[in-house]
Amino acid sequence: MRSTLIKVGVPVVVGALALSACGSRSGGGSSSGSGGGGSSKVATIGVTAPFSGDLSAVGLGIENSVKLAVQQANAKKTIPGWTLKAEAVDDQGKPEVGTNAATKLAGDSTVVGVVGNLNSSVSTSTQPVFAKANIVQVSPANTGVALTNVNGKRPYDTYFRTCTTDAIQGPFAAKYLISQGIKKVATINDQKTYGAGLTAAFEKEFKKEGGTITASQTITDAQTNYSSVISQIKPGAPQALYYGGEYPQAGPLSKQLAQGGLSIPVMGGDGIYDPKYIALGGRANDLATSVGAPTDSTAAGKSFLAQYKAAGFSNEAGGYGAYAFDAANAIIEALKTSLKDAKTAQDARAATVKAMANVSFTGVTGKVAFDSFGDTTNKVLTVYKVTGGAWVAAKTDTF
Amino acid sequence: MTLFIQQLLNGLTVGSLYALIAVGYTVVYGIVQLINFAHGEVFMIGAFGSLATWQVVCRSNTGLWVLPIMIVGGAVCSVVVALLMERFAYRPLRNAPRLAPLITAIGISIALQRAIQLWYPGATSNVSYPSIDGVTGSSLTIGSVVIQRTTLFTLCVLIVSAAALYIFISRTRTGKAMVAVSQDPDTARLMGINVDRIIAAAFAMGAILAALAGVAQGLRDSNVSSTMGFLAGLKAFTAAVLGGIGNIQGAVAGGLVLGLIEAMATQYIPGQFGGNAWSDVYAFIVLILVLVFRPQGLFGARVVDRA
Repeated sequence: MRSTLIKVGVPVVVGALALSACGSRSGGGSSSGSGGGGSSKVATIGVTAPFSGDLSAVGLGIENSVKLAVQQANAKKTIPGWTLKAEAVDDQGKPEVGTNAATKLAGDSTVVGVVGNLNSSVSTSTQPVFAKANIVQVSPANTGVALTNVNGKRPYDTYFRTCTTDAIQGPFAAKYLISQGIKKVATINDQKTYGAGLTAAFEKEFKKEGGTITASQTITDAQTNYSSVISQIKPGAPQALYYGGEYPQAGPLSKQLAQGGLSIPVMGGDGIYDPKYIALGGRANDLATSVGAPTDSTAAGKSFLAQYKAAGFSNEAGGYGAYAFDAANAIIEALKTSLKDAKTAQDARAATVKAMANVSFTGVTGKVAFDSFGDTTNKVLTVYKVTGGAWVAAKTDTF
Repeated sequence: MTLFIQQLLNGLTVGSLYALIAVGYTVVYGIVQLINFAHGEVFMIGAFGSLATWQVVCRSNTGLWVLPIMIVGGAVCSVVVALLMERFAYRPLRNAPRLAPLITAIGISIALQRAIQLWYPGATSNVSYPSIDGVTGSSLTIGSVVIQRTTLFTLCVLIVSAAALYIFISRTRTGKAMVAVSQDPDTARLMGINVDRIIAAAFAMGAILAALAGVAQGLRDSNVSSTMGFLAGLKAFTAAVLGGIGNIQGAVAGGLVLGLIEAMATQYIPGQFGGNAWSDVYAFIVLILVLVFRPQGLFGARVVDRA
């Protein structure tokens, strides 16, 4: 009996080990080649985002944009006597990996600031790590409200972000629908923090603007068939469906909505603003909001993309490259003050956090400055519409 | 009334899929008293197998003629996986304590999910499934009831499979041998029945039905994912227990009942504990009630007590 168990057990264990070993990128100590300037001291700006897995394309765009900002600062000798360095550590888009990455960066005494993370859920677990080490953290992409505001209180003084939040995204969508003459909307959300929060903010603003919510339904992200929920909202005759959640559910939902005899547009937040939404069943005229303006729609954005291209990176800047570039420059701006009289990089950490509050300059995405919660004062959003099988910007506005 | 009929149809469609998968659980349990928790993954492999067949063999044609080829492709994949599973994971453990094959089943389930995620292109998230002319597309309307083409397809699949299954069990030698083994494996062996072959046949039969369910679900939802087997497997297991585990008619009825409960709960339970997200809760509450008051299931378990 025992020998048979071993016969079965060993391959299973070996197989499991082999499977889990695949796909994890070897620890990322890929520092940028920003030539050291003789006797000058080194300060490091960390970057932590997913560089492997589903979201790696977005993550690598963030990494490269930060490197670009660091290269430019070194070339211009923005901070006399100091050489900046960028160090990237992969968070794989997972909270537990992100915590390890943050600990690694916090342990490096030259690190004075960090750009990251991409996912709100990851930032939630990296915030305390950076806060304890007094390292300023600037996220280019987090939209989760609770990261900067828990019942009107700011949880971590070290956390800032260059993109606006879900608290703005939902109301922005509500105003857009009203402006399009849509007064009756049904909502569905996936009951997760992001989806439920977004939907609640949307409903509140939509009612305030004089619209009617015909039904509020919930689904779980394990469900694949929505026929019964669609039959349930159909009698209310809504003119559109607002969905709080992400594209893996939203795409099929849009297709099943049409099959269920309810050919109304679906609108969602940045969670559905993804090409895969269309591949999974998103229909023409479906809508999504996302933070910021499309990078190639402004003169500053075009010039950033040209510089990015000239620097010869092999990956695209992606949707958050410009925000990461501005985040890195915000840190560099703060370092101008904090590194001036500092002996070591570690000594400058607390001063950098303080200096962040006064940072104000015109970046690629507009004015870069932070309010008392660490949120950006720049509240630009864009509505995208599915047109000809792709997301096309329909309206960019300041909320 | 329209809404009631609409939800009745929705429930029957969802229930048909549960029923098809549940038969696989119940047949295997009836014969070897093993709850094959990896059966949900066999269903998932069937869906991915049919998708791969469509991409490679049918070269992405969407005519109705590709549907039988997809079904055969999906069925071949899931049968091969089920047979390998039976031969290399369960057969060596046949005389081991009950817990060993159960844990093995969970291990296989995780391994299969990960294998698809790693090696099927794009399967780290949902993969879109083709629309086939005739069985997907514009829905039919009778009065104000919307009947989707996939609903008709799913119901037809269940009816045809149930009839085929009945004929197989009651008329063929292998089917009768299966009944014999489930009643008394030792005597069956003495009568010259090759028990190993019959067990393999039971796994294969469950796999074919699971593959059919995989194709039907892919067409209905227009996408498939590597994790689709988990919840479907759990629901089908519930359906099998609801109907009386080991009992084939019970599994079919249990699946349909479960689907109906979910659809009706979405429609008719209002307020905070109502709505679609809570429908699973009501399905499982019914399961608990059945287990408490009628532990043998609605149709009675067909398990011969073995000393």
